Amino acid sequence: MDNDIIPKQPTYYEEVERKGYSRRDFVKFVSLMTAFIGLEQSAIGQVAKAMQTKPRMPVIWLHFQECTCCSESFIRSSHPIVADILLDKISLDYSETLMAASGTQAEAALKNTMTKYKGQYILCVEGSVPMGADGVYCMIGGKTSFQILNEVAEGAAAIIAWGSCASNGCVQSAKPNPTKATPIHKLITNKPIVKVPGCPPIGEVMAGVIVHYLTFGVIPELDRLGRPKAFYNKRVHDTCYRRPFYDAGLFVESFDDENAKNGYCLYKMGCKGPTTYNACGVTKWNGGTSFPIQAGHPCIGCSEENFWDNGRLYDRASAFAGFGIEADADTLGKVALGVTLGAVAVHAVATNFGKSKTIHDHMEEGNESEHELES
Amino acid sequence: MANKYLHIPRLRRVYVWELPVRFYHWLNALVILVLIITGFYISNPLGLLSHHDASHQYTMGWFRYLHFAAAYLFFFNFIFRLYWGFVGNKFANWKQFIPTSKRFFKEMWLVFKIDILMLKKDGKEQDHLSIGHNAMAGFIYFLTFIAFLVQCITGFGLYAGMSSWWLPKLFSWVPSVFGGDILTRQIHHWSMWFFILFAVVHVYLVFYHDYVEGRGEISGMGGGFKFIEEEMFEKNAHQTPNPEREDEKK
Repeated sequence: MDNDIIPKQPTYYEEVERKGYSRRDFVKFVSLMTAFIGLEQSAIGQVAKAMQTKPRMPVIWLHFQECTCCSESFIRSSHPIVADILLDKISLDYSETLMAASGTQAEAALKNTMTKYKGQYILCVEGSVPMGADGVYCMIGGKTSFQILNEVAEGAAAIIAWGSCASNGCVQSAKPNPTKATPIHKLITNKPIVKVPGCPPIGEVMAGVIVHYLTFGVIPELDRLGRPKAFYNKRVHDTCYRRPFYDAGLFVESFDDENAKNGYCLYKMGCKGPTTYNACGVTKWNGGTSFPIQAGHPCIGCSEENFWDNGRLYDRASAFAGFGIEADADTLGKVALGVTLGAVAVHAVATNFGKSKTIHDHMEEGNESEHELES
Repeated sequence: MANKYLHIPRLRRVYVWELPVRFYHWLNALVILVLIITGFYISNPLGLLSHHDASHQYTMGWFRYLHFAAAYLFFFNFIFRLYWGFVGNKFANWKQFIPTSKRFFKEMWLVFKIDILMLKKDGKEQDHLSIGHNAMAGFIYFLTFIAFLVQCITGFGLYAGMSSWWLPKLFSWVPSVFGGDILTRQIHHWSMWFFILFAVVHVYLVFYHDYVEGRGEISGMGGGFKFIEEEMFEKNAHQTPNPEREDEKK
């Protein structure tokens, strides 16, 4: 992306300076971000240069069906500059939650950015788009979410799908999904889309994605599910500090037992760490303070597609669709095993009647041969 | 006894299951048993009470290790069996498993009538001779091969993330098809029950055939021989499709 043609936008560094941060704070922030987005140390200079020379990136942040936990997470990311630089200074031209303007003014700002920076702005989407009943479940300024999304996506350079709602539908799309909540990638197919799932995603991860785009002008490398590899290529389980207890076979059996006090693995409490790809075990939350498992709670797999329908939160096994809430695969399997054994027993008994003559003839034949051997 | 004029047939020894097939069969049985046991343990491990530190034990680790080791054996054994379906004898040929002719379906129906429904014809019990697999069994084995494939694909798909070897990495696309590891793991777990149910029916039917037909069904997988009545050769009455014979490819 060529930012240079954007008229008279101050650079990030200029903005940071104006805000009263020292050069030292700035460099700390740059180092932090470089590490987070998975670059090597030598890239710190590259990131710093981008922050100093490139003008602020115009960003439009749309909110649809969501709870704003993504925004909350973002403004609480560990380094103060993260929030400051990327929200205050990102030139967040439109964001329902954070902008000062409202009503006609806000709509005007949106329109202004869309025309002025056509093809250059980043579109961040928080929330899923309801497609049911012609989209009436989420309308802003008389337009449906889908209309707004289409209009704004048209001139966007790239789209970032913030959080599980925008990435895979999250709780709104849980069965039976009455509003037909739909993630962004199923609606917009002609733009590069970065999925940053999580409910919410980690603030540093969100900042990292933006810094990466700013530095290199392209979206970060994505995995097969469209998530940045730098943050989503490892299971929570594989980076969990309780992993040694898992390997040793030491598990918490109930939330108030001795094993829980000892900090054993939460696998049997339904921890979804082994099936969840996220940076929680490494980056942690609230400035590296903790993450769910460290706080003694199993991971619920909030950054995984369909985590509401694909499993119970406190159980490894999941309900088997169509057989009621309590029927997991093993319950059904045991019933099927019982039925099979019963059928086999019935068949075994029936064989002695249905094939009685054959069996009798064979017995006679065998007995006769046995007698001949005797004589 | 002589006044009964018993017909005592002469039996001919037929080499049905070649050594590689027998080897495959028993290795497969063993690794599937190991995979089921370790798989159950991994999905729901025992609550160990230990006064040791975590560094002194590796219980879950060993179960997982066994599971993965058995999985590799299972996979290569499976590949080998597919290969043997092309180079082995007629009883091991892939045509015994995949219905390619009308005759196959007709025989399946026949087996169903004779062995499951135990229907009689003109008041007489019917006999049916398939020297290798009967068509019904062959088709069920075809389904097990599909189950093998499902387990290999989902299993290696889940394993790929931890591996640096190219072979499991070939399957790293799998979880994304199911939207993530959660569903992939569940499919892996559900499919496992097919193996348990199959094993029950399979073992029962082997006993059934040996009991009713007396042709060495059980020992066949030991020494490879079955014992077939002389007149069956004369009448050419056996049902086994012979891939080497052109006139049977209808």
